[in-house]
Amino acid sequence: MIAVRDSFGKALLELGRENKDVVVLDADLASSTRTIYFAKEYPDRFFEMGIAEQNMMGVAAGLASVGKIPFVTTFAVFATKRACDQVTISVAYPSLNVKIIGAYTGLLSGYTGATHQAIEDISVMRAIPNMIVIDPADAEEMRQAVKIIAQHKGPVYMRETRDEWPDLFDKSYEFEIGKAAEVCSGSDATIIACGVMTSEAAKASKILSKENIGVRVINMSTVKPIDKDMIIRCAKETGAIVTAENHNIYGGLGSAVSEVLAEEFPTPLLRIGIKDTFGESGSNEDLLKKYNMDAGYIASAVKRVIKRKKVQ
Amino acid sequence: MKIVEEKIIDDLKEKAKIIRCHIVEMIYRAQVGHPGGSLSAADILTALYFYILSIDPKNPDWEDRDRFVLSKGHAATALYSTLAERGFFPTDLLFTFGQIGSLLQVHPDKNKVPGIDASTGALGQGLSIALGMALGARVDGKKYWVYALIGDGEIQEGQIWEAAMCTAHYKVTNLITILDYNKVQLMGPVSKIMEVSPVKDKWLSFGWNVIEIDGHDMKQIINSIYEAKRVKQKPTIIIAHTIKGKGISYMEGTHEWHGKAPCKEELEIAIKELTNSV
Ligand SMILES: Cc1ncc(C[n+]2csc(CCOP(=O)(O)OP(=O)(O)O)c2C)c(N)n1
Repeated sequence: MIAVRDSFGKALLELGRENKDVVVLDADLASSTRTIYFAKEYPDRFFEMGIAEQNMMGVAAGLASVGKIPFVTTFAVFATKRACDQVTISVAYPSLNVKIIGAYTGLLSGYTGATHQAIEDISVMRAIPNMIVIDPADAEEMRQAVKIIAQHKGPVYMRETRDEWPDLFDKSYEFEIGKAAEVCSGSDATIIACGVMTSEAAKASKILSKENIGVRVINMSTVKPIDKDMIIRCAKETGAIVTAENHNIYGGLGSAVSEVLAEEFPTPLLRIGIKDTFGESGSNEDLLKKYNMDAGYIASAVKRVIKRKKVQ
Repeated sequence: MKIVEEKIIDDLKEKAKIIRCHIVEMIYRAQVGHPGGSLSAADILTALYFYILSIDPKNPDWEDRDRFVLSKGHAATALYSTLAERGFFPTDLLFTFGQIGSLLQVHPDKNKVPGIDASTGALGQGLSIALGMALGARVDGKKYWVYALIGDGEIQEGQIWEAAMCTAHYKVTNLITILDYNKVQLMGPVSKIMEVSPVKDKWLSFGWNVIEIDGHDMKQIINSIYEAKRVKQKPTIIIAHTIKGKGISYMEGTHEWHGKAPCKEELEIAIKELTNSV
């Protein structure tokens, strides 16, 4: 297991080796975001921008408009909120080829607490036209996603989880923007998850299998554009959906899935995530437990939603 | 220093007159737009597009072209009029400005209009974008110049000073910034709304080279840019003292014409004044 952010940093370094158009900008956080690997190897293509995120986003837009592929990294809270208007107008409106990497996902911010916990970044980025939104589930998916988003022409927002996280995928997996992947099979209900919550969901599925409840788990790492077909298929085949995200339940994955189901195939649904409250300092494990986002809680939610299925 | 021939200066002045006429006519026809800040910038834009910039209207996306970022994007009518006169698109298009489906948005969209290098309109953002372009030229070893035009109200934005710090830190000399110092913003004089003076000292203290000129004097505009191009190690800002609404007596120096369209009679007076001016 390697920390997801290390997987990001190494993939970015490799990408820099392969593609000379890749440039990196960071706001005094390269050791945290792990762009430091790139910075050391390619100092001429690394721009330390200081603690000035709005300017950083604009400079990235300028670099992109003359043909570079800028990766802009800072903590997710600052990338998506301090510089939100710059992301919207300087980057997304002209659809510039800027890759925004938001480090430290949801509650998992290395003990730093509410000031550094990005609990609304997906919601904000999802509402910006032209923006693609990705929350990779593990180190392997992150490694692949770095390359894939560089090949995609246009703005991307991708979350970067700080710590080690259980491996779900190996090299045989093929990440594709907008394509969800089944990580556990089952037909009694489906958990649709993204980011670190996919492996929590997989754990929940394991717990429930001991009680003979077969729960499908879908990794919906691309929150936008969302894989509608997969959502509708799972709703039809399993009849009940739980969403799980390391984010406020307002505006994120749960909302995106609800939108699809409400319009296309109304299905009993429960959303797991941060319930519209600010976070606090603590270990990853303690935080997921306290905020009702751990595997045990997800399993109980699955049982509740199964009870709401229509009697056939 | 290269001496610009009088004939060329006279031609530029004539061009600026035509551009000013387009500006008021566009705004009159659309009944939207920003005449004050467009008219104050008209001479600067004329000098840039008809004398300074290395560009090709037939090939607007030419990789090695000079770039221009209109950071004060609400002066779009000045930019559109200049681009049309320079041959980037037919002047007829000017009179679709602001109408539904038009390429000419009230604030410029780089993906809609040939010759526009940045989408602007949210004040404070353009200098950073221009800086990114200038750094891009450095990474690629390219020789093009980047120009940014910013407003004096606009420099109240914090991002401008982030960009100012960063430009000096990276010793960026292929970016030339011009301040349209017309001393008026949307609600009134800059000194009343939020004083920005001493402007020169602020930029000096951020590590910039500063040149002050009369922003309606073609010779001074051109010469200051030549001078800026020779400065090593430091970015240059040209503080261009201008008059908001320049060229139309009832608009000059007032904030009331920041974002107001003239009526028919006002348009006629404006055109008469512009064509009769020397
Ligand atoms: C971030 C932002 N805030 C507010 C506005 C609204 N606005 C448009 S123009 C303007 C005044 C600009 O003044 P100045 O920079 O002096 O421009 P000029 O006088 O040259 O037209 C304002 C407040 C805006 N476009 N962007």
